[in-house]
Formats: sequence, C-alpha cells, structure tokens
Amino acid sequence: MTTIPAQIRPDEDVLPRAISRRPTGGDAVFAHIFRAVGASVLVVTGGVGLFLAWQAYPTLHHYGWSFFTTQQWSPESDVLGIAAVVVGTLEVAAVAMFFAFPLALVTALFITEYAPAKARALLVSLVDLMAAVPSIIWGLWGFFLVMPHAAALAHWLQQNLGWLPFFRVDADPNAPVWDASRYVASAFCAGIAVAGMVLPMACAVMRQVFSQAPVGEREAALALGATRWGVITSVVLPFGRGGIIGGAMLGLGRALGETIAVLLIVSPEFVIKPRVLEIGTNTISALIAGRFGDATNIQLSALLAAGFVLFLITLVVNTVAAIIVNRSRSGVGTDA
Amino acid sequence: MTAVHEDTRTHLPVYDEDAEPATPRSSIGRASASDRFDRYGAMLAALALTWLLCERVLPLAGPAWFAIVFFLTCIAMTVMTTALSGTLTDIKDRVASIVVTAGALVVGVALASTVVFVVSRGWRPLLHPNFFLHDMAGVGPRDSFDRGGILHAIVGSMIELALALLVTLPLGIGTAVFMTEVGGRFAQVVRTVVEAMTALPSIVAGLFIYSVFIVTLHLPPSGLAASLAIGVMMLPIIARAADVVLRVVPSGLREAGLALGSSRWRVVWNVILPTARPGLATAVILGVARGVGETSPVLLTSGASSFMVTNPTGGVMNSLPLYIFTTVRSGEPASITRAFAAATVLLFLVLLLFVIARVLARPKRTRRSRRIRLRPGPESTVSGPGRFLSRRSTEDLA
Repeated sequence: MTTIPAQIRPDEDVLPRAISRRPTGGDAVFAHIFRAVGASVLVVTGGVGLFLAWQAYPTLHHYGWSFFTTQQWSPESDVLGIAAVVVGTLEVAAVAMFFAFPLALVTALFITEYAPAKARALLVSLVDLMAAVPSIIWGLWGFFLVMPHAAALAHWLQQNLGWLPFFRVDADPNAPVWDASRYVASAFCAGIAVAGMVLPMACAVMRQVFSQAPVGEREAALALGATRWGVITSVVLPFGRGGIIGGAMLGLGRALGETIAVLLIVSPEFVIKPRVLEIGTNTISALIAGRFGDATNIQLSALLAAGFVLFLITLVVNTVAAIIVNRSRSGVGTDA
Repeated sequence: MTAVHEDTRTHLPVYDEDAEPATPRSSIGRASASDRFDRYGAMLAALALTWLLCERVLPLAGPAWFAIVFFLTCIAMTVMTTALSGTLTDIKDRVASIVVTAGALVVGVALASTVVFVVSRGWRPLLHPNFFLHDMAGVGPRDSFDRGGILHAIVGSMIELALALLVTLPLGIGTAVFMTEVGGRFAQVVRTVVEAMTALPSIVAGLFIYSVFIVTLHLPPSGLAASLAIGVMMLPIIARAADVVLRVVPSGLREAGLALGSSRWRVVWNVILPTARPGLATAVILGVARGVGETSPVLLTSGASSFMVTNPTGGVMNSLPLYIFTTVRSGEPASITRAFAAATVLLFLVLLLFVIARVLARPKRTRRSRRIRLRPGPESTVSGPGRFLSRRSTEDLA
C-alpha cells in the first residue's frame, strides 16, 4: 500500500553531501594500478629518449661542434661527423616524397571519389596491406626489380636534363656504352624503394580525411552543377587540406627513419652531394646499421647522438603532422 | 560564352505548349552514349597513336615508354574529343579522372609487382618440405634446395615476437586504459611522451638496446635482447593505437555502466574493453605485423645463427627478416633465391596476420543486428557488444 513518507524535520540542519571526485575502495585500487602501469611505460619510453639525449654529451665533449659539420666518418682516425649523412637522409626522404606524395594523393582521391562503391572496401584493405609489407621486402623489390630501371631512367634524365645541378652525374652521358654502375645504388634508387613504403601510410591518412568530407557540401556542389573534379577542388581538397599535409608529413617521418631498404640499396659514401642520381650516399639510420659493430664506446655514443638527431627530426615532423591533422576540420567527435 | 541579355529585368518564363516533352535521361549517374564514345574512343585512338609513335616514329622502345606515351596521348586525345562537344570544365574533369585513375593504377602495379616478384623469385625452395622443417646448420651457400631450411628463422621470429608481446600487450593496453579512463594531468604527460616516442626510428630502438644490454651490461646478443628491442619499438605504437580505439568508445556506455552502480574496474572490464575489442585486436595485430617485419632492431641485437635456438637467453638467434637480409647480402645466387623464398614466407605471414585483423575488426554480423533492431524479440538481449561500434568507426580504427 502506498504510504506517505515520514516528514523530514526541516529544523535539523541538512547539509549537502560532500561530493568528491577522489576514487574510493576498489576504484582507488584500479586508478593506482593503472597509474603505475602508465608511469612504468612513461619511464621506459621516456628513458629511451633521455638516454639518447644524455649520449649527446660525451659526443659533443669529445668531438666538439665539428660533429655537426664534419662530413666523413672514419673511426680509424677518429674523425666523425654527421653533416653528410643528415644531408643524405634528407635527400632520400625528398626523393621518396617526390614519388609518394602525388601518388598517395591521387590514390586516396581514386578510392574515395572515383572507385565504384563496391570496390572501395577492397581497395582500402589493399592500401592497408601495402602499408604492412615489411621494409626488407621493399628493399628486395627496390634492389632487384627497380634498380636497373631506375638506373636507365637516371641515365635518361642526365642526358636530357643534365643541366640541372641535381641531375648531374660524374659520367659521360653520351658514351657509346653507358656505365650503369655509376647510376645504381644512389639516393634516387633508395628513394624509390622508400616511396613504396611511405605511400600507403600517407594514402591511408588522406583517404580517411577525404571520406569524412561533409556529404551536404558534396551534394550542394553537385546540385550547383559541379563535375566530379569540381566537387574535388571545391569541397574535398579544401576540407582535406589538413589531412593531406599531415599524412604527407607522417610519411616523411617514416621515410627519414627507414633503415633496411636504404642499407640494402645504397653504397655508403660520406660526402655532401646534390647529385642524387649518382652512386653513393648514406643516411643516419643506414650509418648506424652499418657501423655499430666496430664502434668503440665513444664512437657508439656518437652513433647514439646521430640517432638522437634523427629522432629529433622525425619527432618534429610527426608533431607538426599531428597538430595539422588535429586542427583540420576532420576531427569530428564520436559522441556527437 | 552565353549571350548577354540586354533586358536584365526579371521576367516570367514562357512555356512552349507545342514543344515535345523532354525525354528524361534513363540514368543520371551513368555516362551517356556520347560520353562513353568520347572516353573509349579517345582511348582507342590513343592506343593506336601510341603504337605508331613508339614502334614506328620515335626511338622509344620498351613497355615503360609505351605506358608513358599512352598516358600522354590518352590525355591529348581526350582533350580533343571533349573539346568538340564540351566546355573547359568538361575537359578538366575528364583529364583529372584520367590522371587520378592512372596514378592509382601505378600504385596497384607497384603493390602487385612486389608480391609477384618476390614469389616468382622464391617459389622454388618452397616446393621442398625441408625448407620449412630444417635449419641451415652445416648447409653451404651453394647446396641444393633439398638441404636446409628456415625453421630456425621462423621459430626465432615467433619466440622474439611472443616475448615482445608478453611485455608490450599488457603495458600498452594498460597505458591506453590509464590515459582514457583514469585521466588527469599525469595522463596527459604520459600521452605526450608516448606519442612522441612513436617517432622513434626502429634502428635507434635497436641501438639503444645494443648499447645498454650488450655494450654496457656485457650480455651476449640473444633473442631476449632482440625481443626487448622490438618491444621498445612496438610499445608506443600499440599504446597509441589502443588509446585511439578506446577514445572512440561512446561515453554514454561508460556513464550508463557507472550509473548502474558498477565500479570503474567493472566498467572497463565489462563495457569498455569488450566494446573496443575488435579495434584493439586490429591495433595489436597491425603492431605485430610491423614488429615481425622490422629488420633493423634485430640486426643490432640478436646476432644471426644458422641453427635452431629455442632458448631466448642462450646466445645468437635468427629471425625471418634478419635471415633474409644476411642471406641476400651474401651475393650467391642460390642464397638469394633462398632469401626470396623466406621473403615469400614472411609476406604471407604478414598477409595472414592482416586477414585475421580484418576479420576481427569486422563488426559481428551487421545483418543480424539489423534484423534484431527491426523485430525486437528475446534474441535482442544477447547481441554482442561489438555492435555498439558502427562499421564505419571500426573501419577507421583499423
């Protein structure tokens, strides 16, 4: 039977219950355990970064600032510097991005705008699968399949566009039998292999952003009579600008740190040279992989310092990429 | 282009009563016959012209030149045929669609050529069962393919990955839970550092373990060191991916669980993790696919044995990518073929992991859940938590 609740006496002072966000009991245990997990991961990952940074000190102490300006890496005479490898790293990454960026962009556009809707899921899977292909396999591909063709292309470029400083090669372009060995194992060849690896990553980010382009704006453009290309230029690309730049920079971050494909392809050389088509270059990561074995303690710390420089470069690139992607209009919340 | 009206005043349109009724286009989305003629006719003309140019006029032999010239003539022909009937806008649209399709085709060819090339160079040793059942102990580089195999590399890869996962899986997902569920200022610090460390090049992770374990602590190169190097590389990747997955769990679910009086641990265990399970599985498996293929950390830390080693602390160990790298560098043609065979195995291993990830990421039976929604019955209470994540969001997580 319904009853009337006993009257609350208003004269007693009723204080509002104190509300605390502090977890109690099991919740507190939960929070503490997971805080400990987070702290341990912080220690591990942060420890790596700090260790690398700390290694820069003995290097600078021993080699001075010439570490950043010396080109050669000759452990026997104890003259080391990373000027040449930093430039080589940037060259390989630049070649990779030259190929990967436009291809990633048009592939992303093809998947979101041109491909039939039924094939779209399959194409997305294929691009993701391409991103999962190990770098050693891209290295094999680049070394055995692409390099002869890349050398021929390099020779052609030198013959026809040799007046450009970066297409110059130290060989006679019009020799009756062209010397293929001058055109292989170059930053150009390595860059192509790295492009294969970078392309799907950049493409995945771009595709995701493009697919989030607002349907209303697309349809508005179509209703105003826009062609497919009109929709792309007026809606999809402006909307996806952040994703395009961010995806490209994420790819760039990966291209800078790529080791095995480069190590397999290039023939190491320690000079700053703008001639990307010519044999011989080196990157920081290939340098580490090639020279760690015979390094003394101080040279090992020099390698670690070089690795730290590489880490800083990729960190800056990745952070900028993340900021650009997040600032674009594409970061729609899921709770909406 | 259009004539400028002198009379700019508004006027009522005048309908021509006697005009024939406009025939509606049969399909709006499909290209009309003249469009198709423009497109395919231009392609055909370009093909013929390319043959003429490449084979008869210009000294440009070879399939590569043929493709390039075909691409250019295709654009030229399309511009010409479209210009006959269309405007500049039409020309731009057609050319753009050719360029985009050609670019996608190039990427597809690159992917296909990778797979086909690796398999075509390496299928021969795969026909011998000993390739999967023996190791390379006592096998010379010129021995025939019925001797020796890569069992030691496969087993080594598995052991190193399992050890790395044993550490990174609880830590990575635990960190993600901490970042999303516990939160606070400290969690922000952890998130920043973890995101920064995903930029760590894998070779630097390997060099870190090399200088700490092998140079400073004087431990021998071993499978354990290699798995630690892989772990250092994978931990930020898995933690960050899991964080992204957990963040898109609708907060309504979390609040509903808490409102029903369950503790926060219960909510995490019974609501958050099951909801995010497909995405988490994808994150982990893609991390594993990345870890199994990375050569640079193991190159520095594990050494390369030619025989079977199952003890992770017992000295040098081999793994698939490292085996490929060292064998291909030896330069002997038979060894290179073996390396390609191992690369085929690695490629298919990654493919297998990838397919598993896709299957797990697929939301459980969307068709059935739709039926449930349409016809509510007793079944609807047993629907899996996976259906809280829409297909779209789980695809994005992958």
